[in-house]
Amino acid sequence: MLRYLTKRLMLLVGIVFVISVGSFYLIHLLPGNPATVILGFGATPEAKAILYKQLGLSKPIYLQYFVWLGNIMRGNLGISFISQTTVASVIRSALPIDAEIIVISQIMAFAAAIPTAMRSARKPDGILDRVLGATSFTLLSIPPYILIVVLVLFISLKLGVSATGPSAYVPFATDWITNLESLSLPAFTLATVSYVIYYRVLRSDLIATLQEEFITMARSKGISQRRIMWRHAFRPSSVALLGAASVNIGSLLAAGFVVQYLLQIPGLGYTLILAINESDFLVVQGIVLTVSVLVVAINFFFDFVINIVDPRISRE
Amino acid sequence: MSNFSLEEAALMMVEKPEKGEPLGLFFWICVFWIGLNVFGAIFANLLPLPNPLYENFNAINIGPGLHHIFGTDDLGRDIFSRIVYGSRVSITVGIGAIVIGFGIGAPLGMLAAYRRGRFDAILTTVMYVLLAFPAIIATIAVLSFWTPRSMFKIIVVIGIASIPLVYRVIRTATLSVATKDYVIAAKVQGATDRRILMKELLPNIAPIAVSFFLIGVATVITLEGALAFLGLSVNPPTPSWGNMINEARTVLSQNVWLAFFPSLALCLFLIALNFIGDRIRSHFDVTEVKL
Repeated sequence: MLRYLTKRLMLLVGIVFVISVGSFYLIHLLPGNPATVILGFGATPEAKAILYKQLGLSKPIYLQYFVWLGNIMRGNLGISFISQTTVASVIRSALPIDAEIIVISQIMAFAAAIPTAMRSARKPDGILDRVLGATSFTLLSIPPYILIVVLVLFISLKLGVSATGPSAYVPFATDWITNLESLSLPAFTLATVSYVIYYRVLRSDLIATLQEEFITMARSKGISQRRIMWRHAFRPSSVALLGAASVNIGSLLAAGFVVQYLLQIPGLGYTLILAINESDFLVVQGIVLTVSVLVVAINFFFDFVINIVDPRISRE
Repeated sequence: MSNFSLEEAALMMVEKPEKGEPLGLFFWICVFWIGLNVFGAIFANLLPLPNPLYENFNAINIGPGLHHIFGTDDLGRDIFSRIVYGSRVSITVGIGAIVIGFGIGAPLGMLAAYRRGRFDAILTTVMYVLLAFPAIIATIAVLSFWTPRSMFKIIVVIGIASIPLVYRVIRTATLSVATKDYVIAAKVQGATDRRILMKELLPNIAPIAVSFFLIGVATVITLEGALAFLGLSVNPPTPSWGNMINEARTVLSQNVWLAFFPSLALCLFLIALNFIGDRIRSHFDVTEVKL
């Protein structure tokens, strides 16, 4: 276990290194001198001095990386030259919104996927399984940005449900009911996208698990169907489910970007797109770096959980 | 979005399909649909379509009718024509990016699985590191800095991002056939590596590769749509399915058709691609592939 985790941790360090180099290099993809592009032509010498210090622009490129990395390590992601606030504070105020949407959506997705997958797996090729199979296959081909447009159209525009339309967002601390209402459509969209994956993965894994000998053994002892499902089959199959959730988290964040953008919810996605349109590149770089590192950290966390659920994995 | 259906595809291959499932009528309907779309995309200039950029201010936001079968948008442009022209961007990006992914990822994956040893170990670790990097976020990041954006850049960025996934699928598929008796027999007979790779391994992994190729194209088209939705794809007024949906969202309450038709076109195309990919996989019954 410990050896396995150390190995994973080393891989994690490697990945974070690659991410940091990638994020650092983004600035140099800009056409022309980064300082001019980021600040515009009318920049004051003071602003230029701050940027040069932040990015180490006067040094050769490999030294620039270390200057930049040193600043990042101290939590200094730079200053947004549009809003004159630090990038770190921009991220700090936006990130909780993404986290809230994703947590709500995952609760919904798991709550729907686990029981339906169990029902399907109990009678593969039964009516319910076929209907769910066809539905999930269709949903798989509907991108989140279409789903959210359809939802907004019917629920907030046609039915006129309050606080679900564009720019209805209210912070949680101000009014938590309105806050939940305004996040309900994005959360539902992400939940649907995740549900399809979780349902399909768990269903096929449960079908395979139910063929195992220990299940036959449990059946012959006269253990009830429900208990077999939850106590005997679910635990080994949940490894596949957790694996799918871990892989899904990156695309979930990106799908979250899209739905936030449509509803003008000021999470990371909306902030990111605004920053791209305003050429506020340090904000873009900060968000990309934070999100990438977060995704990798979450994957690592899932790895750890999977190991607790199924200790056989680390022994291989 | 980017890798969920690719991951799904990889996971689907673990599912045990019914042996040699027939292709069925719906499969051919899907093939016909894809063919029709590709035909429309290639010959859009030759078809009797109104100019997709022509703004007719006498016919703004009209619903579906005889003159404009899908209606017109808020600038009086013909929606049907824009959808046909818009398919060019989606289809070109989808196929172009996956061709890059396969062009680099597939030979590397086959070689790694065939050679094994240190080459395989190093390459696989590198690919796993790259795979952990969230591909969509990387794509958004690179495209937002690498300005001005063009279709070529989008294809290159998504194509490179897809290499590790293609590598993994092809490597795993090759691994399952590389130890087969007929491969060993060919080796004993003194066949060259090149011959074994091309004549023994390639035909046997072809069904998985084709299936994965189609599902990959669907995934890239979804991703391109998301990029267009966020304003990171081709610049307006060039139509693409994604930026049509994006433009429609601002006039959603006035003209529903404007969002409806491009969404429908995109979804039907994706369903058809995913279905064909899935059917090919189950038709050739690839049960031995473990991912």
